[in-house]
Amino acid sequence: MSTLVFLEHHGNELLKSSLGVLSKAASLEDGDLAGVVIGSDVRPLAEQAGKFGAAKVYVADDAQLEAPLPQPRVDVIAQLVRDQGIDTVLFANSVLGADVAAGLAARLEAGLNWDLLDVASEDGKLVGKRPALQDSVYVDVGWTSEPRIALFRSGSFDPSESGGTAEVEDVQVPLEDFSTTARMVDQAHETSEGPSIEDADVIVAGGRGLGGPDNFTLVEELAKALGGAVGATRAVVDAGWYPYSTQVGQTGKTVSPKLYIACGISGAIQHKVGMQSSGVIVAINKDPNAPIFEFADLGVVGDVHEVVPKLTELVKARKSS
Amino acid sequence: MKIVVCVKQVPEGNRRIDPETKRLDRSGEGALNPFDANAVEEALRLKDAGGEGEIVLVSLGPAKAQDALRKALAMGADRAVLVSDDAAAGADLVATSAVLAKALERESADLILFGQQANDSDGAVLWAAVADRLRLPVVSQAAEVTHADGKLTVKRQTEFGYDVIEAPLPAVIAVSDAINEPRYPSLKGIMGAKSKPQETVSLADLGVEGLESCTEVYALSDPPARGDSRKIEDDGNAAQAVLDFLAEKRLV
Amino acid sequence: MKPSDYPPPFDARDYVAAPTDPEDERIEVGVLVVGAGPAGLACAIRLGQLLEEAPAIRERLGEVPVAVLEKGKQPGSHLLSGAVVNPRSLRRLFKGRKRIDEMPFYGPVDHESVYFLTPRRALRIPAPPTMKNEGNVVASLSRLGRWLAEQAEEGGAMILPETSAVKLLAADGRVRGVRTGDKGRGREGKELGNFEPGADVVARVTVLAEGTQGHLTGVALNRFGLAGENPQVWALGVKEVWKVARPLGRVIHTLGWPLRAAAKYREFGGSFIYPMGDDMVTLGMVVGLDYSDTELSVHDLLQELKTHPFVRKLLEGGERVEWGAKTIPEGGFLSLPKRLHAPGLLICGDGAGLVNVPALKGIHYAIESGSLAAEAAFAALQRGQTPSTPGALAVYDEALQQSFVWKDLQEVRNMRQAFGRGFWLGGALAGAMTATKGRFPPGDAGTERDTEQELIRTDRAQSYPKPDGQLTFDKLSSVFASGNKTRDDQPNHIVLRTDVPPELARMWEHMCPAQVYEAGDGGVTVTPSNCVQCGAITAKGGRLTPPEGGSGPEYTLT
Repeated sequence: MSTLVFLEHHGNELLKSSLGVLSKAASLEDGDLAGVVIGSDVRPLAEQAGKFGAAKVYVADDAQLEAPLPQPRVDVIAQLVRDQGIDTVLFANSVLGADVAAGLAARLEAGLNWDLLDVASEDGKLVGKRPALQDSVYVDVGWTSEPRIALFRSGSFDPSESGGTAEVEDVQVPLEDFSTTARMVDQAHETSEGPSIEDADVIVAGGRGLGGPDNFTLVEELAKALGGAVGATRAVVDAGWYPYSTQVGQTGKTVSPKLYIACGISGAIQHKVGMQSSGVIVAINKDPNAPIFEFADLGVVGDVHEVVPKLTELVKARKSS
Repeated sequence: MKIVVCVKQVPEGNRRIDPETKRLDRSGEGALNPFDANAVEEALRLKDAGGEGEIVLVSLGPAKAQDALRKALAMGADRAVLVSDDAAAGADLVATSAVLAKALERESADLILFGQQANDSDGAVLWAAVADRLRLPVVSQAAEVTHADGKLTVKRQTEFGYDVIEAPLPAVIAVSDAINEPRYPSLKGIMGAKSKPQETVSLADLGVEGLESCTEVYALSDPPARGDSRKIEDDGNAAQAVLDFLAEKRLV
Repeated sequence: MKPSDYPPPFDARDYVAAPTDPEDERIEVGVLVVGAGPAGLACAIRLGQLLEEAPAIRERLGEVPVAVLEKGKQPGSHLLSGAVVNPRSLRRLFKGRKRIDEMPFYGPVDHESVYFLTPRRALRIPAPPTMKNEGNVVASLSRLGRWLAEQAEEGGAMILPETSAVKLLAADGRVRGVRTGDKGRGREGKELGNFEPGADVVARVTVLAEGTQGHLTGVALNRFGLAGENPQVWALGVKEVWKVARPLGRVIHTLGWPLRAAAKYREFGGSFIYPMGDDMVTLGMVVGLDYSDTELSVHDLLQELKTHPFVRKLLEGGERVEWGAKTIPEGGFLSLPKRLHAPGLLICGDGAGLVNVPALKGIHYAIESGSLAAEAAFAALQRGQTPSTPGALAVYDEALQQSFVWKDLQEVRNMRQAFGRGFWLGGALAGAMTATKGRFPPGDAGTERDTEQELIRTDRAQSYPKPDGQLTFDKLSSVFASGNKTRDDQPNHIVLRTDVPPELARMWEHMCPAQVYEAGDGGVTVTPSNCVQCGAITAKGGRLTPPEGGSGPEYTLT
């Protein structure tokens, strides 16, 4: 296999999700592995990539590539694939990553499998695993031709350093005329509000068991301490305790963070279908028969007003030590 | 301004994967992909703002996808083109984007709109592939779109906040579901939809020969069991137990 | 205390108005049918057949000769029944065009049995003559509805789903059409960003085929003084569809447990278990809503029924795939309105109360009445006639009274009322009625409203099984299994007094199969988005009005 991983960056850092994909590719130990970094003044980033298993990192560094727009990146990667005989291109999902992966698929007439959680080599074939039907079933997918393109769900893999330095190679790629017609006028500024519920790795959600809208501060404090977002159930949104944009469930949002802490939530199916594929589910509820305890990884039968503030303190203490 | 909105019919109600074909069972009722309703709504708003124009729907699907198209026509689109061909069943991204590109070339649109994702495949990738084939600029996750003097100004929603991007027409835009609240069709709209032009074309009509998908499905399996649930009672120490649990899982 | 002590703040007159849209904005159709159920679709299909042979009349009816309004997402979404159908009306309707074996049924009734259940045993008893189903077929009404809708469309009718009819348009003593419901209002009625007002739909003839607890039917009966001497009464049916490991092979009805026989409980009803082909079974519990125990919950009685060894065995190895609930009008002949027509108006089907309770049959009457309504409308649309002239549509009532519908209902007219005397005495009376084809006992029994029953309190709820998520389920899981995805901020469509004593609030809480009502501080709180529009609340002290079109359950196999 000759694999290329698209390493997205923001500010002066390579994204954790991209490094996770790179680490995964390295663990497959199958053939050549390279990364590609595209932007302006990005050479220092390229050097980081070796630590995560890339033998080589291609760098396309040009003022025209500064803005995080997809089409110039398609030009660069397509050229690399053709020049270097790459047969597999991997992406971590992001707004940018998905657009690049898809544009590349059309450019190279290459198969793209998306929303993958994992990939493995089986009988000489590359097989991807992806969830379907609201994460209730898993599907094994593959490619019938090369090159192969894969788009992994964000956060599927944790970056792991395998040591090593990468050979850095500069590339100059002429861009298509249509690739540069879209222009970045104002790039996003980091907001300090914390992650949105769709992107958050951690969600702390509150339900009727909180007792009243004022008690949502308990949930907010814990979310803040964990660097996560706040979620709410249909019942509390209906009652006006919290806004609809935070509603998780059948008629709200479907989320799958790494950690979901449900405070005072009974776990009725209307809520469950919105968060059942979360990595780890912790539930705190004073009703020992609440349905949520059937699918929570750790359930605490207790008073949220006691357990949650204590947990917040403990988390803060741990983070500052 | 001529706006083409690419829409899809997705299965309605309880979905299942056919264990034989390993693909989504599309034999039951279908409905307009809810995310496409945002795109249709945005097209209607842009047309209203500009004062004139035509809104055309393009879709790749089986013959009964006409129903989904009718819903979008009821909202106010002017006409619909359905590409329907047995050879296109199960088409993947490469094949679908190739067909749509050909259908779109036929229309010579000023603006091509997509919804945020298809809620059956959870794919948020089609527009970038289509834009590449048409050699047009593409901007996705548009939370706001304004049009002036042949140019679009788009607020793109990313993980890091909002970008402002400008693109000249013709362009391809994929709208996010936050961009608008799709209108309900009026009863007049619903009744009028039946008499709006609905064209069905085959792959041959588009000059597409031989469609090949480059991906395949091997098998279905159950998601990994969640593992044992643990339940503890709070005797004053539950918070510590939770912290230890989170630490053990490297979540904190 | 009785539910009628706290009547809902509902006035039927609020739902009748003259058209308000400017004339050129009103939607004009020839014949307007409200409800895409078996009655409404039969009407549309029959009209299509008649208009096919009469192009001149068709021409005069304009661009849309026949329109059918349906408040559900699509025809079938709100249709629910057992069901074992007598195919005679369908044969008549589709004579020369379609055969019964071309219709989506699950096979004829080959074998049937009736059981009397005790907590542990199932005792086979001879089937009461009214319950013999030879020659009948098993159906999913939802599925049949979808098929009938296709036939209606092929015949030229325009079906308009996701459209509720909220007001009767009437002026100068005649019905002009209906006003459809608004869309895009918030919880307090505020207009949201995508607000779309309803529209006036005017027609030469309006046919109300709304099914049980028909909203405009109730409004029309009031407006035109059509109500009969006896009030209507209802039963609540809650059912599930299951995938099963072994074919059931026969139609089963049960009586007895888990219902209580003593007269003070007034628990009239039983269960049905029908095969749907070889791999599916549908089962349901049907109980009269004149019961007296505040703790009675038909949903939970169904869960309890499934734990009986006899039933459990039938479902072993299977899984639940759908759930639903709907009321059935049970007053029979004695509760029919005095007349089923008014100037410009016809009333069909369950909305009129055309149900044979002892035989558990209503679908073929609905179809027959829809068909007869079509013929009456067509006759009134001939050259020189106006359907809105008083008496122009009287031919409908005449035809209905000459038909088998009337004859059947008359024969069994006192049966339901007999069961108000408890299971054993009621059973004996019913037996006597059957044997004498309705001649004994003579006269007509009175009917009391469901809301007029004094409530009693027992600890019935203690024996309801705890849901295990495999065989037995809680109400919210059931609402989910009905396909209900109603948006949460819809206006509250249930008219109810909320400041009620805890006893009444608790009765509603147990009564509702969809957990819409919760007893709380100061009365009852309502979660309208759970509502599957079964109509039970209207029977027991509130009033269901149509919510936004397209909301509610999305039945496919019920």
